[in-house]
Amino acid sequence: MTTKAYSRRNFLRYAAMVAASGGFGIFAPARAGLPPTRSMRGGSNNYIPGAPIVERIGGGGFTMSGTVRRAGDGAPLAGQRIQIWAHTTEGYESDERSHGATLSDENGFFVMDMPQIVPAFGQPHAHLAYDSNEFETVFLRPVMPSSKDTSLEAHFVLQPV
Amino acid sequence: MLRFVPLLTWAILLLVIIAPMLVAAQSPLLAWRDPVYITAGFAGIAAMALLLLQPLLAAGLLPGLTLKRTRQVHRWTGSLLVAAVLLHVFTLWLTSPPDVIDVLLFASPTPFSIWGVIAMWLVLLSAAIAALRRRLNLSPRTWVLSHTVLAAIIVICSVIHALLIEGTMGTVTKWMLCLVTLAVTIKVIADKWKSHVRPRPQTRLRSRV
Repeated sequence: MTTKAYSRRNFLRYAAMVAASGGFGIFAPARAGLPPTRSMRGGSNNYIPGAPIVERIGGGGFTMSGTVRRAGDGAPLAGQRIQIWAHTTEGYESDERSHGATLSDENGFFVMDMPQIVPAFGQPHAHLAYDSNEFETVFLRPVMPSSKDTSLEAHFVLQPV
Repeated sequence: MLRFVPLLTWAILLLVIIAPMLVAAQSPLLAWRDPVYITAGFAGIAAMALLLLQPLLAAGLLPGLTLKRTRQVHRWTGSLLVAAVLLHVFTLWLTSPPDVIDVLLFASPTPFSIWGVIAMWLVLLSAAIAALRRRLNLSPRTWVLSHTVLAAIIVICSVIHALLIEGTMGTVTKWMLCLVTLAVTIKVIADKWKSHVRPRPQTRLRSRV
C-alpha cells in the first residue's frame, strides 16, 4: 500500500542524508555554523506537556517523521523525545488522545504513526515539540503542501542549554 | 423578455449566496469538527454573503425594492454582519483559544488571518461610525466617503481572507461569491464616484431647490 511506498522513499532520503552528513563530518569538521532551529509562530498552541511515548497515536495511517541534530556540528542526536499533536480524523489538537511522543534513533531519526491530519484553522498542519531540558525548547508547526498528503516531515537542530 | 430580468437577478443572487453554503454543508471536513467549530465556519460564510448584499442594498440595485426600503434593510443586514463576524471569532475562540489569541495579536503563522482580523476591526469601526453618525455630527460628504472607503477595504480584506483559507467552502463557489462581491462593490463605488464627479442634471436641480 501507500505506506510501503512512503517508507521506501523516506528510507532512501534518510540514507542520502546520512551519507551527506557523514561526508560533511569527515571532510568539513569546521562546519560549526549549523544554526539551531527556531520555534515557529503558533508552534506551541494546544501543547500539553508530557505526552506519553507511544507506538502510534490512535489508529495511525499518517507518517510524521524527521531528524534531530545538534546545533553547530550537526551531529545526529539519539534518544531525544519529540512530542507530536495535530487536528486529525480522530480528534482536535486540544484532545489528549491526539498527543503522543517518540524517541529519535541512533541516526537522529524519528517516526510517528498517527491518524490522518485534516485542515484545521485554515491549514493542514502538525505541531511538534522538543521540551526536555537538555537542549533549548523548540516548537514546530509544519504545514502540509497538500491536505491529501499522508506524510509530513519536520527537522530539529537543537541548541545545548 | 425584459420582464424576466428582475427574476433572473434575484435567481443569480440566490445562487451565488446559497450555493457556497450548500457545498460547504457537504464538506468532508465537517465529519471531524464539532457543532461549535462548524458554526464558526458557517458564520464566516454568512458574513461573506452579507458582504455581497450590503453594496446591493446601499445602492438600491435589488429589483422590486425602492432605495429607501433597501437602505433600511442595509442597516439591519449591517447589524447582522457584525453579529456574524463576532460569532465567527467567538466560536473559533471556543474551538482553539491560543490560535485566536495569536490572530488578534497579529502573531498568527497563518497569512489569511491578518486579513480577517483587519476586516473584523474595520467592520466594527464602520458599524460604530454608522451607529454614532448623528452624534459625531458628520457631514454627509465625510460620512459617505468614510463609509465607502471602509467598505471597500473590508471587502478586499475579507475576499483575500476567504480565498486563502483551506476550509469547508468549495473552491468554485467560494471564488464565485468572492468575485461577484468584488465586482458588485467596484460597480457601486464607481457609480457613486461618477455621480459625484459629474452629477446628473436633475440631481443638481433638485439639490438646489
